[in-house]
Amino acid sequence: MLKTFSIGGIHPAENKLSADSAIQALPIPQMVSIPISQHIGAPATPVVKKNDEVKVGQLIAKSSGFVSANIHSSVSGKVFKVDDIMDASGFRRTSIIIKVEGDEWLEHIDRSEKLLTEISASKEEIIKRVGDAGIVGLGGATFPAHVKLSVPPGKTAEVLIINAVECEPYLTSDHRIMLEKGDEVLVGTQILMKALEVNKAIIGIENNKPDAIAHLTKLATNYEGIEICPLKTQYPQGGEKQLISATIKREVPSGALPIEVGAVVQNVGTAYAVYEAIQKNKPLIERVATITGKSLKNPSNWMFRIGTPVKDIIEAAGGMPEDTGKIVGGGPMMGKALSSVDVPLTKGSSGLLLLPREETARKATKACIRCGKCVSVCPMGLEPYLLMVCADQKNYERLEKDAVMDCIECGSCSYTCPAHRPLLDYIRLGKGKVGQIMRARK
Amino acid sequence: MNTKVLVAPSPHVHSGDSIQKNMYGVVFAMLPALLFSFFYFGLGALVVTLTAVASCYLFEFLIQKYILQSEVTINDGSALITGILLAFNVPSNLPIWIIIIGALVSIGIGKMTFGGLGNNVFNPALVGRVFLLISFPVQMTSWPKPTGLSSGYIDVETGATPLAIIKEGLNSGQPLSKLMSEIPSNMDLFLGNMGGSMGEIAGAALVLGLIYMLIRKIITWHIPVSVIGSVAIFTGILHMVDPEAYAGPLFHILTGGLLLGGIFMATDYVTSPMSNKGMIIYGIGIGVLTVVIRVFGAYPEGVSFAILIMNAFVPLINVYVKPKRFGEKRK
Amino acid sequence: MSIIAITILALCAIGVTAAIILYFVAQKFKVYEDPRIDEVEEALPAANCGGCGYPGCRGFAEALVKADDISNFNCPVGGAAVMSHVGALLGHEVKAADPTVAVVRCNGTCENRPRTNQYDGATSCSISASLYSGETGCQHGCLGLGECVEACNFDAMYMDEETGLPVIIEDKCVSCGACVTACPNNIIELRKKGPKSRRIFVSCVNKDKGAIAKKACDVACIGCRKCEKECPFDAIVVENNLAYIDYNKCKLCRKCVVVCPTNAIHELNFPPRKEKPAAKPDAKTVKPAAAAKTEVKDAPKAEPKANDSKEETSDNK
Repeated sequence: MLKTFSIGGIHPAENKLSADSAIQALPIPQMVSIPISQHIGAPATPVVKKNDEVKVGQLIAKSSGFVSANIHSSVSGKVFKVDDIMDASGFRRTSIIIKVEGDEWLEHIDRSEKLLTEISASKEEIIKRVGDAGIVGLGGATFPAHVKLSVPPGKTAEVLIINAVECEPYLTSDHRIMLEKGDEVLVGTQILMKALEVNKAIIGIENNKPDAIAHLTKLATNYEGIEICPLKTQYPQGGEKQLISATIKREVPSGALPIEVGAVVQNVGTAYAVYEAIQKNKPLIERVATITGKSLKNPSNWMFRIGTPVKDIIEAAGGMPEDTGKIVGGGPMMGKALSSVDVPLTKGSSGLLLLPREETARKATKACIRCGKCVSVCPMGLEPYLLMVCADQKNYERLEKDAVMDCIECGSCSYTCPAHRPLLDYIRLGKGKVGQIMRARK
Repeated sequence: MNTKVLVAPSPHVHSGDSIQKNMYGVVFAMLPALLFSFFYFGLGALVVTLTAVASCYLFEFLIQKYILQSEVTINDGSALITGILLAFNVPSNLPIWIIIIGALVSIGIGKMTFGGLGNNVFNPALVGRVFLLISFPVQMTSWPKPTGLSSGYIDVETGATPLAIIKEGLNSGQPLSKLMSEIPSNMDLFLGNMGGSMGEIAGAALVLGLIYMLIRKIITWHIPVSVIGSVAIFTGILHMVDPEAYAGPLFHILTGGLLLGGIFMATDYVTSPMSNKGMIIYGIGIGVLTVVIRVFGAYPEGVSFAILIMNAFVPLINVYVKPKRFGEKRK
Repeated sequence: MSIIAITILALCAIGVTAAIILYFVAQKFKVYEDPRIDEVEEALPAANCGGCGYPGCRGFAEALVKADDISNFNCPVGGAAVMSHVGALLGHEVKAADPTVAVVRCNGTCENRPRTNQYDGATSCSISASLYSGETGCQHGCLGLGECVEACNFDAMYMDEETGLPVIIEDKCVSCGACVTACPNNIIELRKKGPKSRRIFVSCVNKDKGAIAKKACDVACIGCRKCEKECPFDAIVVENNLAYIDYNKCKLCRKCVVVCPTNAIHELNFPPRKEKPAAKPDAKTVKPAAAAKTEVKDAPKAEPKANDSKEETSDNK
């Protein structure tokens, strides 16, 4: 019996169309737009201005607080302007737009393919350089990585869990990283272990990726303290709390962080980025994204420079299919629908999904038949039907009492509802309001 | 692109499940029991079923269209289920006009007064059934004998149900062991060769339906198992205390409407609790009440009343019995 | 016979005993309540809309009775008449507050503001607003999902299917402010009703730079400051690329309306101008929402659905 998390969960059609497509480098565009807010926390402060010359890897916006992240230029060229443009968040936000000229990198970045396994940096040095490199959680949540590595005083980390679950249907970028950059991921994991001062790391992989499990299990024998843990395929196993529950059978208490049970979770893509930053001095200026969709000519995985417009990656995969109804940044369960193809790809872009209209268009909402399926699939043990009603009636006290803040917005409830009720839409709204009320009370 | 892209909050895909799929899934699960009833009761079963289903559809349509003046949703399959369940709960020789009254009460009072599907507190078919049982006790308790496909409709030979035989026999002071010899064997009971309401007789067919619904994940195991389990445990204890006064668990499970109620009526989405814990409490309540009514009450059969009584507790259960939260501290 | 007598006697005895107990209990637990609260409540319109900021008319009445000075209180439904009545009851001076009315400050009709995508989520402006910038290039304007209409307890609003914008039926609007709070984009404002309902306002809330605003919507305020310069009464201020007319200073001279290059400034309920200034080439763009608003005054109930039940619930206290 394979391990999985304790309650709820669903198993949507996997549709991993691009699993066999090797990572290719996306051509550098003529113009990149790099938003200053690609992470959770305070937006970075731009340190370049119009007409400044920049090189690849140069700092262009500085972290503006502890929970914030540096942003580096992903191309070399001239700053065209710093202006508000529409980004993947769906709102107009400040971005640094750079006109590309050549591809000139900063000298200290090591661009060779040579594997460096010797970790010379100290714990403090690692955390500082991870922060300097602007690394954020690459699973999609984009939480600054150095914050998670700084264990708060009084707490100790016991185990590092590497999230290689990739439970979202369609996406395969982490899968490809494991297959193609297995050694780098494992060195990155060891760097993270050193930063956290733990001697055990668990890499959780769902068993729908048997080749990745086999590959990493073989490689892991060369690295001390790293264990590969195959998991039963179940959504939302990639949720931090669910993954901890699945791998080490501990439940993070409501409202607490994973460190409470001695665990720190990092994405497998983050581990790779950490390797690049520490061993190769390369800040986070490119990442892997999957471009996929059932009608797409060529579902594939691409290494792209941050700030590349979405339309470039669509072109690379054979162009927009006729029947496209929705362009989703990320996976189908938690991704964000984009309103235009001109927005840039950012640090959080793990994939781009083109869904056919008839598959994604919502059906008419019917009355709740109280079947309780939303309750049984909720991985947090909440009652989505009730939360939706309370959110609609603006009953924020009851929402708080019924733990709306525990919701991880995985979408299992809306996915399952036979009456097609927009449960998560309302719960998310209520969660936002309750969050405001709770912050105001403090 | 000539059409504009859609933008909506996540999730962007859906399981494809729908109310219709679930409803017709239940109907499909009821088919074996329906076929068994045709097999045992012949023409009567057919007439009763068709009348009940047609009148449920008609009343739902008329009420939605002309009284509520709302959207007509008769194709969601819920009226079909109510119709079949109502038919399952009455004898196969019931006059047509009584069935029509039952359908009107089921749909009109049981369902539409509360606001239609999703809002009713009580199982509509049971509301109709109990109304008929109280209003027309004679017609509702003259059970035709299962004489096979060639049986007619009204003019059939009638006899008592096993539960009634036992109840009356015990009341008149006869020993249980003698009474047990008067009723069919357990195998006959399981295959439905006994008197009773149309749908309740064939235990085998009902279990088949249960297995189908569990595989299709239309319902979970919690309610059927807790209903039948609690009846088994309760009657088992009573039987051990005095085997001459109380019949054994197997008898109680196979006779009367217990399997029909536990599998198809207690599990009605709308009138059962939302959480698994709540479902188990609800199921145990039904089981215990059923035994109390059967053994200590005036009626030989109590499943319908037990379910209706527990239906009334469902809102309370939903408020006080919460699912286990993730990360909840154990006290 | 004697049974009947005993029954009657026993019942009378029980009745008398109960009455005595009740009397003493009532005396013991009596709560003093200012009788004026009832009087004031009687004088209020009993709409229980919450427009005054208190939970229903009873709550407002209690607050009024408690207050030493009621000049800051206002019942938007009853207006000056009710407030002066209340003032008389409580012995306070009340100066008449100007009647106000809700105004939709967006003219982004389907024609003026082309849709760039299609929203497919739950029908709620708040959800749409928290998700993204909306179906058009304008991230400030009306989202068109009718949350304001749902919030209105007086049937004073409906969604115009053609323009995709909410319309306020002036005669029914009591200016309770429910729609103002409901709108996540703060498009609706309570403005002075004005003499003969004549009003001038900027029908746009777009704070983007002129070029972006204009690209998103033909009738957006582009912050050009022409109106600000034109206004002889300093009633117009342009801030964050957006003009705002202070209705207390505005003397309804209509000069700003003429100079606005995008027709973003609307005039309502004025008699037609004597000579049509030739400087208005595309008069059609200004039309839709403003014209609709005046026309609908006596229009039939165009959008009766969804609100029927609401009004009933507001009636039971």
